[in-house]
Amino acid sequence: MRKPSRRSFLAGAVLGTAGCRRDTGARLALTGEEARTLDAICDRLIPADQDPGAAATGAVVFIDRQLAGPYARYRRAYREGLARAAALSRKMFGKPLNELTGDRRLAVVTRLERDARPFFEMVLAHTMQGFYGSPRHGGNRDYASWRMLRVPASPVRGRILYDLRQGKES
Amino acid sequence: MALDPVDAVVIGAGAGGGVIAKELACAGMRVVLLERGRWITAWDDHKDDLRNQRTSVLGAPFGPDDERNPRVAVDRRGRELVVLPSDGAYSNNAACVGSGTVSYGAMAWRYMAQDFRMKSIYGCPPGSTLDDWPITYDDLEPFYEKAEWEMGVSGDVAPDPFHAPRRRGLPMPALPPNREYEILKPAALRKGWHPFDIPMLRNSVPYNGRGPCMRCRWCVGFACEVNAKNGTQNTVIPTAMATGLCELRTDAMAREIVLDARGHATAVTYFDAGSHLQTQPARLVVVSAGAIETARLLLNSKSRLHPNGLGNRYDWVGRNLQGHAYPRAVGLFDHDTYDDVGPGASIAICDFNHGNPGLRGGAMLANEFIRLPIQFTGMTPPDTPRWGHEHKDYMRQFYRRSIAVMGPVQEMPVFEARAELDPRVKDFWGIPVARLSGGRHPHSVEVARAVVVKAAEWLQEAGAIRTWTNVPGLDLSGGQHQAGTCRMGNDPRSSVVDRNCRIHEADNIYLADASVHVTNGGFNPALTILANAYRVAAAIVKERRA
Repeated sequence: MRKPSRRSFLAGAVLGTAGCRRDTGARLALTGEEARTLDAICDRLIPADQDPGAAATGAVVFIDRQLAGPYARYRRAYREGLARAAALSRKMFGKPLNELTGDRRLAVVTRLERDARPFFEMVLAHTMQGFYGSPRHGGNRDYASWRMLRVPASPVRGRILYDLRQGKES
Repeated sequence: MALDPVDAVVIGAGAGGGVIAKELACAGMRVVLLERGRWITAWDDHKDDLRNQRTSVLGAPFGPDDERNPRVAVDRRGRELVVLPSDGAYSNNAACVGSGTVSYGAMAWRYMAQDFRMKSIYGCPPGSTLDDWPITYDDLEPFYEKAEWEMGVSGDVAPDPFHAPRRRGLPMPALPPNREYEILKPAALRKGWHPFDIPMLRNSVPYNGRGPCMRCRWCVGFACEVNAKNGTQNTVIPTAMATGLCELRTDAMAREIVLDARGHATAVTYFDAGSHLQTQPARLVVVSAGAIETARLLLNSKSRLHPNGLGNRYDWVGRNLQGHAYPRAVGLFDHDTYDDVGPGASIAICDFNHGNPGLRGGAMLANEFIRLPIQFTGMTPPDTPRWGHEHKDYMRQFYRRSIAVMGPVQEMPVFEARAELDPRVKDFWGIPVARLSGGRHPHSVEVARAVVVKAAEWLQEAGAIRTWTNVPGLDLSGGQHQAGTCRMGNDPRSSVVDRNCRIHEADNIYLADASVHVTNGGFNPALTILANAYRVAAAIVKERRA
């Protein structure tokens, strides 16, 4: 697979931004239904409390965007895993995962952790990346997690304190 | 069509190759330096916490690229997986001008005198190929000094009573202490240990015309924005090129070393940036492609006299792949330990590198480099859930209140831990790829278990309210500290190169990277690779003049 060019990457970024409201619109790699199911899982993996959680800060945007890029090789695993999660939700509570209450979502996600381990581990790792990683990839909107951790949000931190004159040749 | 002949082709512009190119060019030799990657700067990696050499989940920006460079990894249950540079099991280092020295943490350790004589001191445990180096610390000492002064090292090792004798101190003072240093130093002293400032290939004051470290936290895994981290890309390689005698060719993927009927290297074939096969004739070949890729290139260079691969008559090429077993202790505190001052790692002890009762070797222990939030997500105590409310709360409470102490445990080499050629998988250019298999020696894990107890004690003494440890298992080692695959030795039946790192039975082919390390010290190996490359270059130049 080719690396995305800067232009297509920027285009992806724009699309991602446009699609990052928790809507039902089609994504780059996921269907609307898949995105909703995934959003409900992310919501339990890193829930909102006094600080925003993974779902509200774009974890699904992050994962979807990577599935259209470096994570293309995980697409099939997501397709199958999300279908399984949706079916499990219907079987346990008769409704799609995203229509369940928090407690019931948690019951489904807990069951996934037990019965669909590889899928669960993959989603957990990617959700952590989305929420705790740089916002440039679609998650961690407005540096939500970094604010929560009380770390400076700018990646170029350090330069502010740096006296560039020290670098001059004497 | 063959290119104009040169005196030497050097394959791989990393730590070893950069030094070799500079030394040979400065001695008046015409050199072609082949590098499969490109020039990378801080502006290319954008300080991306998901796309760097430490957390490469979205790609390994310092190369090689995922699209063209697969490997095969065989786990200990025998399952084969095709892996990419951004996967952990790939054992990636880097592929760019400077290679690992662009993105490393830049610790600049001399191995201790004992590290060259592991078999004599400890005896070889069953199931290991442990041996002494054919050279001693004293042979390498002048070249350690040369590397420290030419490339630039800061730090203060004077308080460390365990280091081997050195004729000269370090050229730059240590960086001012960070908060972890202030917490850990008195604790180590109370334990009766000997803490000191880690030597680093990093400017603490202006040096070599470049400025000092700006103390940002985006250091290990990244390129330096202010060029204060010293690698071959900003020291010896520019010097080599300035002679006018060294030509650096990037995007050049070596395929094979060509030998004549007498087993004498005549040329190197490689694919250029346009994927055209080129033949570069040379009087001398130096391979410095890293322990895995060097072994792969030798194995791919088959000829009448070397039907099983160059230098592989006794089946030692690719064997004894090792890195370091890295155990870690984490401590949680009831006050902030985080000050956002890079590079983070600042203080070390060498009290447990040797002399651990009943054990062979040990490790230097140091506080870890600064952890980005994504790296901390996996650093939970054993009883803390890995997700959900509790995990999030743990992150919020302890990200700024934790210290990790870890150390590179010197490993017992294992013959079956190896890089060989995969019989099926080929890379983009059609060259058979490396197939990694085998595992770590149980004794290496035992040593790791012992030294990590000391790391935890250090944190407890420093006031940690909670500590726990993580010890690596028996899975194959390697990674950025990969070493050992073409070991140096006096006996051609149990080594690949002689003490000057020339391949036995091939009079004009040398190796200059960690593949020649017999053992890998209880330290980060970069300075030893650099020093040994200076030593090998001196031997080449001396021989040429004779």
